Amino acid sequence: MTAPVESAAASSQHAAAAPSIWSRAWSNHAPGYSFLVPWFIGFFGLTIGPIIYSFYLSFTDFDLLTAPRWTGADNYVRMFTNDPRFAAAMRVTFFYVLFSVPLKLAFALSVALLLNRGMKGLPLYRALFYLPSLLGASVAIAILWRQIFAGNGIVNQFLTFIGVFGPNSLTGMTAPSWLSNPNYSLWTLIVLSIWQFGSPMIIFLAGLRQIPQDMYEAASLDGAGRWRQFWKITLPLLTPVVFFNLVIQTIDAFKSFTPAFIISAGSGGPINSTLFYTLYLYNEAFSFFRMGYASALAWFLLALIACFTAFSFLTSKYWVHYDD
Amino acid sequence: MTTDVHRLTVVTGQEGDEAARRRRRILSVLAHAALIGASILMLYPLLWLLAASFKPEAQIFSTGIWPSIEWSIDSYFRGWNGLRVSFLVFFTNSFIIAFLSVMGNLITCSMAAYAFARLRFRGRNFWFAMMLMTLMLPYHVVLIPQYVLFRELGWIDTFLPLVVPKFLAVDAFFIFLMVQFFRGIPRELDEAAMMDGCSPWRIYWKIMLPLSVPALVTTAIFTFIWTWDDFFAPLIYLNRMQNYTVMLGLRTFVDSTAQSDYGGLFAMSVLSIIPIFLFFLIFQRLLIEGIATTGMKR
Repeated sequence: MTAPVESAAASSQHAAAAPSIWSRAWSNHAPGYSFLVPWFIGFFGLTIGPIIYSFYLSFTDFDLLTAPRWTGADNYVRMFTNDPRFAAAMRVTFFYVLFSVPLKLAFALSVALLLNRGMKGLPLYRALFYLPSLLGASVAIAILWRQIFAGNGIVNQFLTFIGVFGPNSLTGMTAPSWLSNPNYSLWTLIVLSIWQFGSPMIIFLAGLRQIPQDMYEAASLDGAGRWRQFWKITLPLLTPVVFFNLVIQTIDAFKSFTPAFIISAGSGGPINSTLFYTLYLYNEAFSFFRMGYASALAWFLLALIACFTAFSFLTSKYWVHYDD
Repeated sequence: MTTDVHRLTVVTGQEGDEAARRRRRILSVLAHAALIGASILMLYPLLWLLAASFKPEAQIFSTGIWPSIEWSIDSYFRGWNGLRVSFLVFFTNSFIIAFLSVMGNLITCSMAAYAFARLRFRGRNFWFAMMLMTLMLPYHVVLIPQYVLFRELGWIDTFLPLVVPKFLAVDAFFIFLMVQFFRGIPRELDEAAMMDGCSPWRIYWKIMLPLSVPALVTTAIFTFIWTWDDFFAPLIYLNRMQNYTVMLGLRTFVDSTAQSDYGGLFAMSVLSIIPIFLFFLIFQRLLIEGIATTGMKR
């Protein structure tokens, strides 16, 4: 499409001064590279260089004050054989990913389906459901969550009010303290994640709008009910969007940090029950200054995310439906 | 055969229509009821936080899940000066960092995007692929070397580690967003300008940027929100309380609530989300479109 213009430009250059190869190469490529100068500095100085250096550091013992000491694969060996806190962090993170992502997406999809039936007031509902998603990453929301699930927080007050807990209630139990009980503390964070279903919901809505309406008309003429239409038309045609949301939300869940940090005051407690992977990494690096070990943790996180992404793409051809 | 089907629907149409319409109306009422219930449930925590910040200290927990009849703004005054350093300082710091980050992203990401979308040079596709790779990279892999680097440069406990990377176009996401947008601008415009002897810089400045206002605004808003909300980077790089951002101030407030000034904490929490909430009110449509078209995570 651009070829004629290019050749016209090139021939006009020839006519003008017949410049040398070098100056032509310069005028052809220099503008592109000059626009990329800031990006190149960032890419090499803040991305590629650091990636290589952190890979090196992951094989060393480094406390920031003395030079890194080469220890071979010790950091990685220790991670898998002799570090109960690493094992706890893995358990907590996988549990969180496994429950928060599917529940969040299920919520997002159900609400999107409900909204997509030509509901009046769609923009208002969409905006209201999106708000928590926009605010959710804030420290203020983590603080609010700490308060909601506190012993005297509104969850317990509400459950007592409707008669679930309390001396004369259905269960007769006193309300539990959600945050200080290691059986429940992680669930409060999962609920926080589900609460932010707004942005995947918006992406689902955009995907639902792409599905041609006449497919449903044809299906209902053939006698397919709503349930069958959902399983045979909506869901298959929506799988690319499901796939996208699944990958993005899972990667994001692996990297979750702020809520666990605020709710557990940086400790990952009680009894490591909210020790997210990134929280453990942060503590190793910036509380104990085990920079070499923390680098190994970071590389393992990268490997986890890369494996998950590769796995999703490889299996996608069996369940993701692409046009044609 | 098609006429048969047609006639059949016409015959049963009369009373079938009536019933179907009634059923549809009931379903619609039920759906609205479900959605309104869900909205209330979702927004209740936020409303509770707002109400609690205006409750007199003694009533915050005694009134439970209900709003109190009395209200006061004492919590805001107490919270504002609740720490050794006033929240005025934290808000100023946060605004400075967010403003500079927005400038950095707008300038350098649009430059890189213009090169990738429009200019022809050797290796363009290779570098574009490299840029896309960095999209997926977890920040933690570069965290420690960057910390070591900024420490060597003497930048710890300054805003530089938070701001300078933005002037080096490290937020690949926005480059990608703008590349997509630039590709939608008709090529004839810049080709005509090029024929008239316009330099790439003039084309970038006089044609591409003015035509890309929606993409620039989206970038500015999301950069602002993400830097405003950012907790991890300030936590690592800022030490003295004079340099704290609002998020760090809040965190210190939580840790020091041994004296339990919950009113003050809630009041400052409310203030900290007001800038984002204002963006939500003003640019709601743009934010939602941004998510729907680019698939941003929030």
